[in-house]
Amino acid sequence: MSESRATTATSGPYADDPRESPPLLEVRGVTKTFGSGRRRLTALDGVDVRIGRGQTLGLVGESGCGKSTLARVLLGLERPDAGTVRFDGTDPFALRGKDLLAWRRRVQMVFQDPFASLNARMSAAELIGEPWRTHRDVVPDAKAREKRVRELLSLVGLRESDAHRYPNEFSGGQRQRIGIARALALDPDLIVCDEPVSALDLSVQAQVLNVLSELRTRLGVTYVFISHDLSVVRHISDRVTVMYLGKVIEQGDTEDVFERPQHPYTAALMSAAPVLKPSRDARRREIHLQGEIPSPFDIPTGCRFRTRCWRAEDLCASQTPPVVTRGTSDTAEPHTALCHFPLEAESAWA
Amino acid sequence: MTTTSPSAPGTDTPALAVEGLCVDLTTPSGTVRAVDGVSFSVRRGRTLALLGESGCGKSMTALSVVGLLDPAASVTGGAVRVRGDDTLRMSPAQRRKLAGPVLSIVFQDALTALNPVQPVGRQIGEPFRIHRGLSRRQALEEAIELMTRVGIPEPRQRARSYPHQFSGGMRQRLLIAMAVALAPDVLIADEPTTALDVTVQAQIMRLLRDLQDERDMAVVLITHDLAVVAQRADDVVVMYAGTVVENGPVHDVFDAPRHPYTRGLLDSVPEDSVRGRPLPAVPGSPPELSAVPSGCVFQARCPMVRERCVQERPSLRTTGDGRTAACHFSEELARV
Repeated sequence: MSESRATTATSGPYADDPRESPPLLEVRGVTKTFGSGRRRLTALDGVDVRIGRGQTLGLVGESGCGKSTLARVLLGLERPDAGTVRFDGTDPFALRGKDLLAWRRRVQMVFQDPFASLNARMSAAELIGEPWRTHRDVVPDAKAREKRVRELLSLVGLRESDAHRYPNEFSGGQRQRIGIARALALDPDLIVCDEPVSALDLSVQAQVLNVLSELRTRLGVTYVFISHDLSVVRHISDRVTVMYLGKVIEQGDTEDVFERPQHPYTAALMSAAPVLKPSRDARRREIHLQGEIPSPFDIPTGCRFRTRCWRAEDLCASQTPPVVTRGTSDTAEPHTALCHFPLEAESAWA
Repeated sequence: MTTTSPSAPGTDTPALAVEGLCVDLTTPSGTVRAVDGVSFSVRRGRTLALLGESGCGKSMTALSVVGLLDPAASVTGGAVRVRGDDTLRMSPAQRRKLAGPVLSIVFQDALTALNPVQPVGRQIGEPFRIHRGLSRRQALEEAIELMTRVGIPEPRQRARSYPHQFSGGMRQRLLIAMAVALAPDVLIADEPTTALDVTVQAQIMRLLRDLQDERDMAVVLITHDLAVVAQRADDVVVMYAGTVVENGPVHDVFDAPRHPYTRGLLDSVPEDSVRGRPLPAVPGSPPELSAVPSGCVFQARCPMVRERCVQERPSLRTTGDGRTAACHFSEELARV
C-alpha cells in the first residue's frame, strides 16, 4: 500500500489528490447498445470512469464484459447512445473537422497482436512515422522526422539501426515496441493499451511492461490498461475498474481492490486466477463460481451477477444493487462497488 | 494389445516414458531440429507439466507422443514407451488401437478439434463404437452419461446440438469428455485452458483433476503458464529451444531453480513485484530454430554466461533428489 502511494505521487502532478484537479478523462453514464429490436445487445450500461492525469487505470473483466467497447468509446471510435465523455473538459463527440483531428492526436492505442497490427510492407521507420502523414504539423520537416524516429526507437529500447528493418525481421516483443513507439509518435496524453502483452511470451512480457512503466515515469503518459491477467494489472495500475456484462461493478485503488474486494465477482475472479506462490495468499478462500457469463442479449434483472453469485438473495433479482462506498484514507479516491451484500473488509476472503 | 501389461498398478513402469525424442522439421530454408533429445516419464495418478514458451518444442513433443505430427515434421530418434512398448515402432493399426483406451489428447482450440457438421453426442459416442463395438443407440447413451459427468446441462437435449452452439468452456468440456471416454492411462492436455476466461479456466482445471483422480490417469499438461504449473502439476519439465533445460518436482524446482532460464522465468512473473519498480526481465528473445547455438542453448540471454557455455553444450546433470538441470554452473545458482 505504501509503495503504491509513492508511485502515484511521482507519476503526475495531480495524481496525489485527484479530487482537487479535473481528471484527464471523465466518463459518466455511458451506455452503448448494438443491434435492434429483440436482438439488442447491451455492451455498456451506465459506465462511470475517471482517470487522473499520469495515472494508469487497469480495466479487468472476462470476455464480453464490455471492456473493449469502452476502449473504443474512449478512442472516439464508438459514439455512446447515452452519457457523456469529457476529455480534459471537452466532449470529443461534439468536435468536427480540424478540432476533431487535433483531439485524435491526444488519444492513441497499442494493440494486442503485434503480428496483425503492423503492415508487413512498411519498415519500422515508416510505421512509426505514419501518423505524421495525417497529423502534418506535429513534426513538419523531413530531417526532424528522421531524428524523431531515432529518438522514439531508443525510447522503447530498440536500436537506431532497426529503423530500416521490416516487421518480419523482429520478434514479437520488438514488434510490440514498434507499436508503442508508433503510439508515442503524436505525443499523446492518453494511451489505451488493449491486452498489450498477452500475445507475448512471459520472458518478453516483462520487458514490454518495463518499457511501458518507464515511459510513464519519463513522459507522464496516462494509460488505460486492458488485461485479463490480474497479476499484470496489479503490477502496472494505480486504479482498477472491474467490469461484468457491461457494468462497472467495482472500482478503486489497486491495492484496495486486490486486498479487500467488495464485490463477490471481484473476489471470485481473483480466487480463480492461479498464483505462483499460493502460500503468500494463504488467507484466500477458494471460490468456485458456477456457470458462465449470461448472454449480453438477455441480461438478468436486478443484479446481473446474481445468477452466479453464492450470496444472492431474492432482493438481488428484484432490485438493482446500490453503489456502496468503503471509506478509505483521505488521499485515496473512493473504493466503490455495486452490490446489495458487499464483502466486509475482514470477510472470509480477506 | 492386452497380452502384455507390465504397467499394472503397483509396478514401477511409468504409464508414459519418452526417451531421447528428436523431431526434425522441414522448412523452405532447410531442416531444423525442433525437439532435441527430450526425455521424461510420468506414472498413473501423477501430473507432469511441460513448461516453455512458444516454439520451445513442447507441443511438438506432445504431438509426437500421440502420433499426430504434421507431415513436415518427422521423428528422427528416441522412443515413446506406453505400457513399456515403443509406439514409434508400431504400425498405424497398432497405434490406432492405443488411441482412446490407452493414450488420448485434449487440444487447446476446441472449436477446431470438434467436427462442426456432426452433433456432439455422436462425436463423443464414437470411441465406444470404434473400440467397444457398441450400437449407435448404446454409444449415444454412453455419450450422454459422459456429458453429464463433465457438467453439460440437459445432456440429452444437448447431445443433438452442434459444436458452434456451445460456449468455449462447454466445448472444452465436450473435448475432455471425448478424451476420457475410454479411461486412458495417459491424458495429454495441450494448453487446455489458454483460450478461456479465468473463472471458466478454474472450472476446467477442477474437472480435469477430478477425472484424473477418478480414473487414475497420468496427465501430461502442456502450458506456458507458471502459475498453472505451480497449482496443478507434481513434476515439471522446463523446455527451451527444443531441449530440456531443467526437470524435477515442481515445488523444488520453483523454490530453488537450478537453471538460469527457469530462474528468469520465475522472476518475470509480476506477482511478487513492487509496483513502479522494473520487473527483472530476461533480455532478448528465444533463438530461431535454425540458429540454435552449438554451445548452451540459453547462452545469448544468460546473465552468468562464460567461455565454457559457448564451447560446450551442458548435458542434464543431477542437481538434487529427482532433479536435473542442463547448466555448467547450476551449483553457483544454488548458492545465490
